[in-house]
Amino acid sequence: MVESPPLPDPVISIKGLRKSYGETEAVRGIDLEVNRGEVFAFLGPNGAGKTTTVEILEGYRKRSGGEVTVLGEDPERAGREWRERIGIVLQSGRLDPYLTVRESIDLYAGYFRAPRPTEEVIALVGLEGKVEERASRLSGGQQRRLDVGMALVGDPELLFLDEPTTGFDPSARRQAWDVIAGLRDLGKTVFLTTHYMDEAQRLADRVTIIAAGRIVARGTPEDLGERDAGETTIRYRRDGREVVTRTATPVKTLHELTAKALADGEELEGLEVTRPSLEDVYLQLTAATEVDG
Amino acid sequence: MSGLALVGHQFRYDQKAFWRNPASVFFTVMFPVILFLILALVFSGEDVNVRGGIDATTYYVPAIMSLAIISATMQTLAMTLVIAREDGRLKRGRGTPMPPWVFIAGRVGNSIVVALMMLILLAAIGALFGADVPWARLPAILLTLVIGATAFCCLGIALTALIPSQDAAAAIVNALLLPLYFLSGVFIPEDQLPNGVIAFADLFPVRHFFDAFFDAYVPAGGSAVSWDNLAIVALWGIAGLLLAIRYFRWTPKSG
Repeated sequence: MVESPPLPDPVISIKGLRKSYGETEAVRGIDLEVNRGEVFAFLGPNGAGKTTTVEILEGYRKRSGGEVTVLGEDPERAGREWRERIGIVLQSGRLDPYLTVRESIDLYAGYFRAPRPTEEVIALVGLEGKVEERASRLSGGQQRRLDVGMALVGDPELLFLDEPTTGFDPSARRQAWDVIAGLRDLGKTVFLTTHYMDEAQRLADRVTIIAAGRIVARGTPEDLGERDAGETTIRYRRDGREVVTRTATPVKTLHELTAKALADGEELEGLEVTRPSLEDVYLQLTAATEVDG
Repeated sequence: MSGLALVGHQFRYDQKAFWRNPASVFFTVMFPVILFLILALVFSGEDVNVRGGIDATTYYVPAIMSLAIISATMQTLAMTLVIAREDGRLKRGRGTPMPPWVFIAGRVGNSIVVALMMLILLAAIGALFGADVPWARLPAILLTLVIGATAFCCLGIALTALIPSQDAAAAIVNALLLPLYFLSGVFIPEDQLPNGVIAFADLFPVRHFFDAFFDAYVPAGGSAVSWDNLAIVALWGIAGLLLAIRYFRWTPKSG
């Protein structure tokens, strides 16, 4: 008998998920799967339904409809054993200002059956130099990394990060990204929500875009970039005026343009050829649905 | 860790956070001491016409102890739980395998230990002012303290449901407790309060706890254990517990 190759093992599986708050439908029937060991980005503008979805997955909120399985269990009914296997970083949350980095990690270590050693966790989130510092004296970026450390101390299989870098300056974001990239190397499955395209692009194996409670696109960051690849923008200035041309055949258009300019002995001032960035794709996809969101 | 070991674990960190928090240390520890010193100095040598006449210092020792115990329990719990809730720390803790009751038990343990420390501190300071420590009544004092502290812990946890934000916490707690301290004879000896005030204060648990604590601490009184007052305090505590079970929130207002 020939064994079939193992099926991809979904850590999270969502079918037809819906959530209403009174009259408002925040999540309008979404399906998705997250596989073991991947960094999955759930991308969307504010109010798209990201936090509602992630809090349903974490067991904080009850869904109005659909099926949800996280690590083989329904989060609404999952118990202590299940919580041993997940780590959660909430979108907004402050730490105990009076406990040091080491104490905050030690406190959470006590909640889990088999915690990762505190020193190891502190190194993972890059706070070795701040071990004895109280949380209140850390920068916003450092506090968030401590928060990630508290979620990691139980050595979870699955980690939820809800907008981990919102409001950060560029250097704090970069440090947070290094920490998250390190989680993939540890083999953790990461469910990341963000409204930053570059964050999803930089960190995720797969991206799903949500807008107004519905999924509007999904794929790898590269796939999403290929959408609308036809549209290339050519810009230049003629007589001080900017000329913008959009084309599906950039090589041909550009050749004709430069051939004419050469023949006329003109210079194409400020000539620029750009393909749509992922950011453009994202804005295009989410703009259409924002009106009713 | 077993449940009890977890409570001990939580308690250790609650103690650290308590003693490092300047507001807790001032209002729970320093304020009752300062208050006692002022009252003892201002009224020293005067007699209070209660239980056949006792001196003012002897009156104020159990009075300020009652205040300190209520402050360490009801006030501290209501304030710190609201702050932790609105910071998202309660919600975060619920995302871990720790059973939720462990968190509450750690905080209650912290409050009761601080209440006991305040009892010892105020007894020692009172003794310096000539208010003898009634050693023979120690069992009655501890029994009264434990029943009162537990009841006021339950009331503090229930009260969090009425407090919408961190900013409102101190205002609401003080608006409830300060008038009751005045009306119950904690600040102004009851022989100087107008008629009817004590009868009104008797509707609330502060007065009954003070009464019970006074009976336990001051030998001039009758029986050391004031069962009727303690029963009323305990009933308030049970009511608080039921309200807390029904209305306590783990999540901040914004989610």
